[in-house]
Amino acid sequence: MDFLDMFLNIGFWAATVRMATPLIFGTLGELICERAGVLNLGIEGIMTTGAMVAWMWVYQGGDLWTAVLVAAVFGMMFGFLHSIFSVYMGLSQHVTGIGITLLATSLSYYSFRMLLPGVTTPPKITPFQELPIPYLSEIPIFGEAFFSQSPLTYLAFVLVGVVSYVLYRTPVGLAVRMVGENPMAVEVQGIDVYRVRTGAVMVGSGFMAVGGAFLTISVFDAFYFDMINGRGWICVALVIFASWRPGKALLGAVLFAAFDAIQIRVQQSSASFIPYQFFLMMPYVFSIFALIVMSRKAAYPKALLVPFRRGQR
Amino acid sequence: MLLEPRTHTPLWMTIIAPIAAVFVVMVLCSGLIMWAGAPVLQSYIALAKGAFGSKFAISETLVRATPLMLTGLAAAVAFRAKLWNIGGEGQLYMGALAATYFGTGMVNLPAPLMIPFLFVVGAIAGGLLLLVPALLKTKLKVDEVVTTLLLNFVILLMANYLLFGPWKDPMAMGWPQGAPIVDAGILPKLIEKTRLHGGLIFALLASVSVWLVMSKTKWGLEIRAVGLNQDAASFAGIPINKTIIRTALISGGLAACAGVTEVAGTKEYLTLDISPGFGYTGIAVAMLAGLNPLGVIIAAIFFAGIYNGADSMSRAMDVSNYIADVITAASLLMVMLAVMLTRMRIRFS
Amino acid sequence: MTDTETVLRVQGITKNFGDLVANDAISFSLKKGKVLSLLGENGAGKTTLMNIIFGHYTADGGHIEVFGKKLNASNPAEAIALGVGMVHQHFTLADNLTVLENVILGTEPLWKWVQDKAAGRARLKELSGEFGLHVDPDADIKSLTVGEKQRVEILKALYRGAKILILDEPTAVLTPQETDQLFGTLRDMLARGLSVIFISHKLGEVMAIADDIAVLRHGKLVANFPVAEASREIIAEKMVGEAVPQPRRQIMEAGEELLSVEDVSVKDENGQQILKNVSLHLHRHQIIGIAGVSGNGQKPLSDLVSGMCRPGSGQLNLSGEAITVFDPKEMVAKGIGRVPEDRHVQGVVGDFSVEENMILETYASARFSKFGWLRKKEVTDYAYSLIKAFDIRGAGPETIVRGLSGGNMQKVILSRVLENSPQIILANQPTRGLDVGAATFVHEQLFKARKEGAGIILISEDLEELLAVADSVAVMYHGQISPQMPVESVTLQQLGLLMSGEGFSVHSKGQDHAA
Repeated sequence: MDFLDMFLNIGFWAATVRMATPLIFGTLGELICERAGVLNLGIEGIMTTGAMVAWMWVYQGGDLWTAVLVAAVFGMMFGFLHSIFSVYMGLSQHVTGIGITLLATSLSYYSFRMLLPGVTTPPKITPFQELPIPYLSEIPIFGEAFFSQSPLTYLAFVLVGVVSYVLYRTPVGLAVRMVGENPMAVEVQGIDVYRVRTGAVMVGSGFMAVGGAFLTISVFDAFYFDMINGRGWICVALVIFASWRPGKALLGAVLFAAFDAIQIRVQQSSASFIPYQFFLMMPYVFSIFALIVMSRKAAYPKALLVPFRRGQR
Repeated sequence: MLLEPRTHTPLWMTIIAPIAAVFVVMVLCSGLIMWAGAPVLQSYIALAKGAFGSKFAISETLVRATPLMLTGLAAAVAFRAKLWNIGGEGQLYMGALAATYFGTGMVNLPAPLMIPFLFVVGAIAGGLLLLVPALLKTKLKVDEVVTTLLLNFVILLMANYLLFGPWKDPMAMGWPQGAPIVDAGILPKLIEKTRLHGGLIFALLASVSVWLVMSKTKWGLEIRAVGLNQDAASFAGIPINKTIIRTALISGGLAACAGVTEVAGTKEYLTLDISPGFGYTGIAVAMLAGLNPLGVIIAAIFFAGIYNGADSMSRAMDVSNYIADVITAASLLMVMLAVMLTRMRIRFS
Repeated sequence: MTDTETVLRVQGITKNFGDLVANDAISFSLKKGKVLSLLGENGAGKTTLMNIIFGHYTADGGHIEVFGKKLNASNPAEAIALGVGMVHQHFTLADNLTVLENVILGTEPLWKWVQDKAAGRARLKELSGEFGLHVDPDADIKSLTVGEKQRVEILKALYRGAKILILDEPTAVLTPQETDQLFGTLRDMLARGLSVIFISHKLGEVMAIADDIAVLRHGKLVANFPVAEASREIIAEKMVGEAVPQPRRQIMEAGEELLSVEDVSVKDENGQQILKNVSLHLHRHQIIGIAGVSGNGQKPLSDLVSGMCRPGSGQLNLSGEAITVFDPKEMVAKGIGRVPEDRHVQGVVGDFSVEENMILETYASARFSKFGWLRKKEVTDYAYSLIKAFDIRGAGPETIVRGLSGGNMQKVILSRVLENSPQIILANQPTRGLDVGAATFVHEQLFKARKEGAGIILISEDLEELLAVADSVAVMYHGQISPQMPVESVTLQQLGLLMSGEGFSVHSKGQDHAA
């Protein structure tokens, strides 16, 4: 296997960007929540819901872009539910998040079964098609890999810039960052801490759901159970890897996806002597290593995991 | 909206809270049943009958409750020390793998020794698995939630590899399953013509033992102190890291024992579906029990009943059995809310 | 006085926390350009009252008028809009953000595509100049000294156009000299027509700055009069109620040396030097007071003696023998009793019962456990005996500690520490937040231990307490410690100068917060 060939291969880079897309959405979403001081472990379930709802919307005759919106709205609803428990009630964010994941996942599966009873092989839809960007997509290799992608992929890259700008350059972004550092500093300036946190969790959850939707209405054309398969947890690790910065989150997601793409190619070329399960383990093992490497430098938002309770001594 | 702490919580509130929470969940889930077009009351009756309606149903519920008690205890012990072990599923499989490795012919002991031996090696394997995140937490401050979650996937893939590869039973007609556990390692049946096995006795004993350890021993005092106020515990001279590591070994070991009961009791060989998420449901069990090891027994039986009942309800009423997962998840959240309301009151201004 | 405008009127404010009446029908008013000082012991309800005015809490009864408008606030936004600003006792700043970001938060509509930082910076600089509150707008909060952080807090209020400024115990973290500087700033503000509510329990300061005085006791307003009509004695009596007899410090001959700290230096995890060549000698029958503005090395010194950290260089000797193992358990075993700085954080496990907290250091001893099992009956009997000996009221062995008053909680800790007859006692802020009665009890217990032969290190930010209780005093500044001075030979002024760094060899700015 010639690695140089692989790195010059358009397919490899195109696959990397494609695989990075759901991770970018998920990581950005988680990053927004954590910047506001809320660890959102609902991510795995919210991505599942996004995947199911968007697919179902298209399957029932809906339009693809509306499906993205519907997924986002469902994500935000679960984000709001998460906020009721973690923000307003100040309950353990760890357990709340796991609860949201279990609830979102089970409700998605239940709904899927109710809406499509007796289906054995998952039916298919027509997903987003590649949308080559004029001129840019004609640049050899780079352009062909990066600018012949699903519109949702472009959206993901654009959102990195938007989130970065909003967080660092606008009043609401300042409020989000501040509420993750010291909620009291926000409260004394007359801003409602609960609303800022809830807003951030809802928006972040919306992002996560779109990340899930990407899988069913862009890369694949069907909804399978267990299809998120730990991607949400990987996003949680990526946020730490990215030191809570949107730009680094993008870098982390792409690196991770590249690693995944390499892994798949190596797996295809050497299936004979290394069992494929070990390749499938790589993303999870890699995430754990990323956490270990970054652990020394991790500068958590100071109020992450710390509930804020108004009017209490 | 403001939350104000209550000065004291009456006993009846503590007892009522989880029951009320579950009741609210049932009411909310009746919406899902109506969506399926089934009559709510009859559906719930079908569920109750499927869970506890006959001797057979009860025995099946207890079979299912056995691993849930163990994963529930695992979560309860760990959460007491604020060690967020979400890796019960992986530890369960780790225990099952260990039982399969040692229990399919490698070691041959008479039954009175073989069965304890399988639990011991299983518990050690599960404890060691949780030791990794626990060491990362104590030495490098790596968040254990993410590491335990990620390890679940790694262990499942490992089991997948072994069962499709070197451990595949050639006698199983191509199915990915392990060789059968040797006769001496099989947990004895408790009642003829049911699947109820000695794992239940083990789980009950484990619950009582964990309760004793947590409330009557200095280990328990240390675990609770570390969980409630790590700064004060550390100042008083309680070894924090040692306590967390010890908790991890206990918790991982308990979850792994659930794998042993499934492999050596329920199935008698290892498959890839020995656990339909027992590790995750264990979290709901622990929370419903208020992290009380004796409460875990009741909570585990309750959730086992929900799952088995939902299976028969889905056959009778055409309501997807995923409703059991919904009830479990919703109960987890609602119980947290209810318990908080016993300690706080909400005031709207 | 009658011709001045009333800017704030508080009418019958009542607030309960559970069974506790924190504020009981309190009424007073504040006039334009004046300073009203709100006095009272810890726990008298001062902060609660101010938090109601600023909108953190909602009152159960009564109402507030600001410039003639009724304040219905259930959050600070309305109070800010009406011109109320508050400087909290515990700073409300985000450490990892800049001064400017902390100040301009909430001054613009949230939903705006461009944040006008340039305008914010200009206005901040203008205000800094006008009131002499100099601070770099682009510095991270974490790089500021305590005094600078307080300036940022005041600037935050001024930036919002505050006409009424509430200062909650602003001098608690300042040296006497910094306090004078603050008072200068306050006088500038008064001259510009601002009004100030100044919360304190230090009488001297109040007499220096206030126009009017309001005294709270147990949640009730017990006095409200112009400062000109008051004397220290009258105010003190109003604050405390009946006079509590202060235990008299007996002059005792110091005995042999118990503990010596020899040239110890400690670095924190970021490599910052938090203790520099500290030496200290503690003798039998001696109380050494450690003075200093909070964050100048008291915590690492206390951690060192508690076994919570180890010296980077230098050594500790116990009765002439060097300590090699630095571990809380080891220190307890060697006869060091430790009363931690923050009761709720390090002192007790709030959700544990009284008896569990009482054995928290000794549960592993043969007395309380056997083969790993706790000897429940023994533990409960022990708790009963301590509850009686230390007069812990309204609590049994099984009572959850979280619900106890500060004084009773401190008694639980004291009983745990003193019952083991420690030879050395480290008491870090043992009376903070306690009322006079409870504080007196703590002092009596320390005197008793001293009489029985213990040596005591008493760390306190309250100079008056130190001068009344300690035999000798040393001052800490930026991780260094002054020589020990006999208490009879030092004055408040001298201590104040030492606290602000006069006489210490190295002046390094911006380190005190890291300690």
